[in-house]
Formats: sequence, structure tokens, C-alpha cells
Amino acid sequence: MAAPTIHELTAAFARGEQSPVAVAESYLARIDTLDGRVGAYLTVMRDEALSAARASEARYRAGAPLGPLDGAPVALKDVFCTRGVRTTCGSRILESFVPPYDATMVERLRTAGAVILGKTNMDEFAMGSSTEHSAFHVTRNPWDLTRVPGGSSGGSAAAVAGGLAAGAFGTDTGGSVRQPAAFCGVVGLKPTYGRVSRYGLIAFASSLDHVAPFALDIVDTALLLGAVAGHDPLDATSVEAPVPDYVAALAGGVKGLRIGVPDEYFGAGLDPEIDRAVRAAIDVLRDRGATIERVSLPSTAYGVATYYIVAPAEASSNLARYDGVKYGLRVPGKDLIDMASRTRAAGFGAEVKRRIMLGTYALSAGYHEAYYGQAQKVRTLVRREFEAAFARVDLLAAPTTPGVAFTHGDKADPLAMYMNDVYTIPASMTGLPAVSVPCGFNAAGLPIGLQLIGRALDEPTLLRAAHAYEQATPWRHRSPALG
Amino acid sequence: MISRDDVEHVARLARLALSAAEAERMREQLSGILDYIDTLRALDTAGVEPTSHAVPLVNVMRDDETRPCLPPDVVLANAPDPSDAFFRVPRIIEE
Amino acid sequence: MAESTRYDTVIGLEVHAQLSTRSKMFCGCPTTFGAAPNSQTCPICLGMPGVLPVINRRAVEFGVRTALAFGLRVNAACRFARKHYYYPDMPKNFQISQYEEPLAEDGWLEIDTPAGVRRIGIQRLHLEEDVGRLVHEGDFAAAQASLVDYNRSGMPLMETVSRPELRSPEEAAIYLRAFRAVLVYLGVCDGNMEEGSLRCDANISLRPRGAAELGTKVEIKNLNSFRNVQRALEYEVQRQAEALTAGRRVAQETRLFDADRGTTRSMRSKEYAHDYRYFPEPDLVPLRLDPAWIEQIRAALPELPRARRQRFASQYGLPPYDAEILTQSRALAAYYEAAVGVHDNPKAISNWIMTELLRELGGDDEATVAKAPVSPANLAGLVRLIDEGTISGKIAKDVFARMLASGEDPVTIVRREGLTQVADAGAIEALVDQAIAANPKAVADFKGGKAVAAKALVGQVMKASGGKANPAMVDRVVQEKLSRI
Repeated sequence: MAAPTIHELTAAFARGEQSPVAVAESYLARIDTLDGRVGAYLTVMRDEALSAARASEARYRAGAPLGPLDGAPVALKDVFCTRGVRTTCGSRILESFVPPYDATMVERLRTAGAVILGKTNMDEFAMGSSTEHSAFHVTRNPWDLTRVPGGSSGGSAAAVAGGLAAGAFGTDTGGSVRQPAAFCGVVGLKPTYGRVSRYGLIAFASSLDHVAPFALDIVDTALLLGAVAGHDPLDATSVEAPVPDYVAALAGGVKGLRIGVPDEYFGAGLDPEIDRAVRAAIDVLRDRGATIERVSLPSTAYGVATYYIVAPAEASSNLARYDGVKYGLRVPGKDLIDMASRTRAAGFGAEVKRRIMLGTYALSAGYHEAYYGQAQKVRTLVRREFEAAFARVDLLAAPTTPGVAFTHGDKADPLAMYMNDVYTIPASMTGLPAVSVPCGFNAAGLPIGLQLIGRALDEPTLLRAAHAYEQATPWRHRSPALG
Repeated sequence: MISRDDVEHVARLARLALSAAEAERMREQLSGILDYIDTLRALDTAGVEPTSHAVPLVNVMRDDETRPCLPPDVVLANAPDPSDAFFRVPRIIEE
Repeated sequence: MAESTRYDTVIGLEVHAQLSTRSKMFCGCPTTFGAAPNSQTCPICLGMPGVLPVINRRAVEFGVRTALAFGLRVNAACRFARKHYYYPDMPKNFQISQYEEPLAEDGWLEIDTPAGVRRIGIQRLHLEEDVGRLVHEGDFAAAQASLVDYNRSGMPLMETVSRPELRSPEEAAIYLRAFRAVLVYLGVCDGNMEEGSLRCDANISLRPRGAAELGTKVEIKNLNSFRNVQRALEYEVQRQAEALTAGRRVAQETRLFDADRGTTRSMRSKEYAHDYRYFPEPDLVPLRLDPAWIEQIRAALPELPRARRQRFASQYGLPPYDAEILTQSRALAAYYEAAVGVHDNPKAISNWIMTELLRELGGDDEATVAKAPVSPANLAGLVRLIDEGTISGKIAKDVFARMLASGEDPVTIVRREGLTQVADAGAIEALVDQAIAANPKAVADFKGGKAVAAKALVGQVMKASGGKANPAMVDRVVQEKLSRI
């Protein structure tokens, strides 16, 4: 049986057919029973969730719910600061850190009445594509427990896919929500950069981090986005553009929509089953009235290299604060430098250390212009190519990932892991909104994702097309046989 | 292509204590990654402006108004070594 | 001292001024001085995970105002950058500052030195956040630990860098004083060096007299008063001259001034070049300042200290000493001009303010002057009464004391207390006659050649009149009558 969507649940709450408390309890019970195998959660917020569910129930009884998310059971990647609840970023260095404040997106979810079930597992400091780099445990793909759920937001993706939350949030920096969404057969949306406030999101790469929802369908995606989007005076990079009614904007279909298919996203390196599934998906869109044309984005080949300079450079800067002085892990040392060095050595895992080293190198004297300077210029070239494409089309359609979920331990070589992000990186670098929506399964029953990329702040068109595709296909009705 | 000295210098800059074995492994892995990244150098970016921000925003500032502070006990709640109302750290040796 | 004359001294000053905004540079914490440790912080200025900075518009306004006052060119397009280094007083282990695109560049400050007017170039002005404060646990030398207070972290700082055009320690102190005076005039900084609102680092090098190439630059830190700036630099000139004369190399290093000993000591045992790894701050968007806004700020600039001092000297005919004291604070200068506007005796009013009023006030800052118990109009009124001959200067002091106590105007006081000077010739003659008649010995002494005996008679008349007789007149009448005896 397919897990219920948020909009189905809250409609049932409004009709008095279901109780927010009972539903919260059933999710918590499922987590108790099944999460030992999946490993989606790091911290289950049992008491807080039930308390929020009771408040929600009281509101529904009084006929005064806060909105379409009231009582919705959601999970949050452990990268979002939650007041009074430990927030680890999947790292030993923050293992016991308890933030004294809520991230803005958490505040907004609470204001909407959402029930936060817990904090989910992630690659440490959001660096990774498999959720194998958490300091605490690995997360497993509910479709096949020997395989990864993707990363870095693997915990949130697995929670939604495995029916352990009705919706969830992660962060997408190079693909960390879209890729796990594709691997786990759920929807993952990376909004336009600046659409959702980053205040309280523990930073990995400031110019690339995006707050991004996971959901079982596009209506839920629209609801989750609508709850958190909008200008925040605490985030100077958040845009002031008004937040449209994303759910209302889903209607309308794709007739007359121009969709571009970039040459460089197909071909060598792409799993043939994914190629077939994505092309079939594009055909569905064509059948529904969209016009399809080829476009070219030559800089695609340089995306991974560019990203793996800019992101580690910014990360090396953002992670400099973790030194045992004010919060987090402290390993004693004979003097301050010794303490800081030992603390960071013990507190950070191998991938984080690797990226800090890479980023520090790219910014250091003598290499700054050749690496960081050059990468930021290539970013401009990538942006120009997208701008040229969007002069001719309204959306781009492509695969989300070059392969399906791989087995644990398969991509031990860092570079091989980085190549996972080849199709997702460009939308992160340009800040353009992009969504991964399920578009089928391979012969082994593993999910495949279709990626749609839109113009800046044009989530309405993006979601409208994704919704039309989703409604015309059966994929969302299939769930993993988790138990 | 990145030397052992480079690795040690960068590790010092980044305040990461690496064992000899780790430093060597790091050198190998970083060399491989940097070789790959070097493909970027071939791109002609003469006259291209760098992108520092994905959004074309300018002049975002706030009014000079005060907001409530955190109480000192909350400030120090996560401190590894609080001492009265201060954060205590080991002595600093000037390098 | 002989060695130091063989060398030219080259000094540049870096001044950090804490801006008098209500809130910090990137967060809403208050900026009041002296709060209990770690009681004036928030997640942002503590550098907690997940926080983001937002620029304080007034800090930018103050920076622009200062830039315009020193003739710098404001870079309408500028941005903030991260400057990386590890230190426990730096919550994020990077400081948000400005690097390649500072707020303003290329200005100057004119100073009055014994050798004449000199124009000192100011290379750049930029904004940044301040760091926290380290307190050593116990004795500095034996301390095993330090204690950190982040109240100061995130305070708005404005850094200005002068060109290396100061030629002596004395000039450096003059520059700093004049610089501070402008900042206080502009209202952007309270200039309190003891509280750390104004901090100064100096760069100094020596080169053989007349040589073109600059010598090795030494940075001096921890200069927290004008006097210490001068003392530290004087010591350095001596130290470097001795080294150079003895053929030794001067090490390029950073030295700390030890105020107790009056010496500088090396801060680092070997040369340590920081690699700050600057890159544009990704959490802040660039500034593109509106030229109209900049013009508004320019139009609102007050008359600056030096210009005002010169105007006081020429417009009011005041000696330089008076002009200096009266223009030290904008509030006092305004008080002066208000008084002179009521009664046109610039010198007398200047004297009254410099002696009587300032002694009463005990300070010349805006708050103190605003609470002055005697208003400019009343002070002027007092001087007018003297000039009109209504009261003597001596009586005026008495009236002033009463004005301080009651806040009343002088005319009312003089009338009520009957302090009007007696200047009626007949009345004075009568009093003098009485005194002469009552003091035959004094008269005899005077006749015997003791001219000073006349003073005793004058004193008697003044006493008999209750101090109200016009002293000059009494003196003249006494002399006249005595000469006719």
C-alpha cells in the first residue's frame, strides 16, 4: 500500500477522519520497527512530535487549523538548527551541540503546524553523495537495503521513501536532494537560490546551499515549498520576490510549453536504462502538448571540476569555526593550536578533511587565481549557456543521475563519487530551480529520476510540468516492500 | 603533483593534525583530484567576470536597531570549558 | 640622539575606530561598553553554526561620512571579503572585512606641525567587524589558559590606513589627535582611547638621510594613547638607528609596546606571513551605493575642526590658543557662537568660557555642555553688563556664581541684589571724602611718599560701598583728592 501524502493526511484531519496524534504515533511506531534497518534517523523527537500533534489535533477540533501542513509529519536533515534539540550535521565534532535557536525554515514549519518527527542522517557536513560518510551510521535505500539512498540528504530521502515521514527537508548543494530523490523514487526539489532562507542551515558552501524539500508527490512538494519560501531579513541573500500559491499554479498542463533536451546530459557515462526511461518521460511530455527541442550546454563537462573547487573552498572557510573553543567537540592539547588541530583531526571524517584541504589549497596564496578565481569565471560561462538556452525554451529535461543507487562501498574512490553529481551540479552553480521526479524503474526494480530545470524563480512552471508528468504516470503508486 | 610539503603547509593552515600515513594518503588523493580539476585551466576565461553570487541582489542592509541578546548561561551552554562567564582556552603560543 | 639625525623616519598609521552605532556591524546586539562578559552576544556574533551576517546601514553611512570628510573617493561599488586566520577571539576564524574593493580610497588630512602645515595622505578606509577580547588567566607570564569574552565581537570597525608620509613621532601624535578630533566632530566615533574606541597601529622604518628607498618596515601594536604612540615611536627611532649605525639588519616584524618600560619588544620569534586567503563574502551581496545618498551625506557634513579653528581666529580675532580650546568640541564651539551672537565681545566671552565655565562644567562633550547651568545668552548678558559699566568684573564673578546656582539671568540677579555698580561721581566723591577723613594715618603715609597707602583708601571705599563702587573711578578720585591735600 502506498504511503499517504501530506495533502491526503491533512485533508483527512480536516474531515475528522484521522487524528494527528494517531498518525504521529503510527509514524513513530514505524520508525521504532523499521529504522533499525534503514538508518534514516539520527534523533527521533518523540516527545516534541507528540506534543505538536496534540496541539494540531486541538486546532482541528476547534475548526481552526493553521493551514494545509497542520499536523503533517515531517523529518528534517540534521543540518537544520532546531532549538533545544541536538543538531550534529552527521559529524562527531557537533555530536553534542544543542542550538539555542531555530533555523528560519524550522520556525516557519512550526508556524504552519508541521509535526517534526526527528532529525535525519546525512553525509557529514553535507559532503557526499551516498550518506556513507556520516560519523554515526550508514543509511540504506528502502528499495534495496544493500544500496545507498544517495546523499548527502540520504536520511530524509529514505525516510520519505520508506514511509517513515510523510515529507522531509534536506539541503541541495551539488545535487544532495535531487540525487537521493532519484535513488529513492521520491520527488526532490531544489528551489531557486535565495527562495528559501538559509538562516540556521549549517553552512557547507554558502553560494551553493539550498533548502530543499522531499515529498511523495508534486502537490506535497508545492505545500512544503510554500511553507518555508519567502524573504528573511536574517538572510541577506534571500530574495524579496512574493511567494506565489504553488499548489494553485500546478493546474494548466504543459500544452505549448517548450522543453529543451541538452545533448551533453546523454551519451557516454549514462546508464542505458536511465537513458531509455528519461527519453520515455520526455515523450510523455510531448504527448501532453509540450514541444521538445535539442539544446547544447557545452560547459557541462567542466561542472564537476568547477564545483569541486568552489564548494570545498567555501566549505574550508565555513568549517574553520569548528575548533573546540566555543561549542562541539574539544580534544585537549598542550596549547591552543595543538588543541584545535587535534579536535579537528578527531572530529572530522576523511571526506570532510579531504575537502577542507582541497578548499584551503584552492584559496591559498599562489593558487588562488588559478583555482578559485578560474572556477568562479567558469561559473559565469555556465550561467551564460543556460541563459542562452532559456531564450529558446521554458524548461530543460534530463536525467538526474548517471546511474541508479549503487551498493554500499562501491564508490570508495572520491573522484568516482564526485562524478555522481555531473547532472545536478549545473543547476546548483547557477541557482536555477530544478526538480527530480520519479520516471520509472530499472530491470532490478531500482528507481530512476527525471530532472526538470527552470528559469530563476519560475518554480510554478517547473512544478506544473512535473505535476502533469506525474499525473500521467503510475510511478508514485509504487512503494518499497519494507514491511 | 601536490608535494608532501604542500600537504603539510595546507594542513597547518587548516589546523588539521595529520599522521604521516594520512598525509601521504591525502597527497595521493588530492593529486588525483587536482589533476582532474586542472582541466579547467584550459578554458579561456579572459574578460569573464567571476560569479560570486547566484542572485543578482545588491545593497541588502539592515536598520541600526538592537535585538535581544542571548543570556550568558545560554551562550556558554555548549562551551567545552566554561569558566564563570568566560570561554576558557589553552594558552596561545605566538608562532 | 645623534644617530637618529643621520636617518629619515618614515611612519604610517593604521587607525581602527569603533563606530557609534546602536547595534553591531552584522547583528542586532547593542554596542554599549562595559557590559558583563558574554552578556552582549547572539548566535551571529558568536559565530554559531548556521548563522548569517547582515550589514548595518548606519555603519556604512558613518564610513561614507568619514570618507567624505577626509576627501577620499567613495567606491560606490564595494564589497566585503573574508579574511582567514585562527585566533580564539575570532568566533568564525575568519573576519568579515574588505579587501580588494574597500569603501573609499585616496584622501588626506592636513595637520598643523611646528614645521608648518603638512598634508598626510590617507590611502584607504574600510569597514570590518571587531573581534572578542582575551583576558589572561592569572599572571600573564605563567598563564596556562586564556579567557574569552565575545561582547566586543562583531562591533563595527572603520579602519583607515595613512600613507607612510609622517616624518616623526611627534607628527604621528599630531596626526592621531587631529584625526580623532574629526571623527568626534562627525559623530561617528566617541574617540575614547581608554575604552578602546580608537586603536592605533604604527608602521615605522628608517632610511639614510636623503635616500630614496624605504627601509625595513616594523609594525608596532598595542598603542592606546597619543602619548604612547609618540613614546613607542621615539623608542623605535632610537632602536632602529642604533641597529643601522652598528651595521645590523632591522628585522621586519611586529612589536608590542610595553607602556611600563617605554620600550617595544618583538611579538614573533620568526617571520610569520599570514595567508589570509581572502575571497568575497558569499553571505553578503555587493554594495552599489546610490550617488544621491552619498551627496546627501556630503551636504550634511559639519564644519570640521581645523576649518572651524581657522574661522574662529579670523572671524572673531581670537588668538590660536583660544580658538583651539573653543573648537575642541562641536558643542562648546556652538555655545561660544551662540553667546557672541547675543553680545559682540568675542575675547571677553572667550575668557569667561575658558576660565569660569569650563571649570564648572568639567568637560566639553555634548552631553555636559547641553546641561550647562548657564546658557550662552545669560553668559553673554553678563559680559554685556560689565561692558556697559553696570557692574565691575569682580562683582560679575559673584553674579556668575549666583547664576550657576539659580539659572537666572544676570539682569534679574543684579537688580534684585542691588549689585549695580556705583558710578555716580557725587556718590563716589562723598565716599572718598569719608574714607580720607576716617584714615588720617593712610593720608599721612601717602604724603610721606608711600604711594601704596592710596590703595588702602581705595579698599576702604570699596568696603564702604559693599564692593559696588566702580573701582577705576574710586582709584582716580582717591588719587585726585590725595594730590590736592
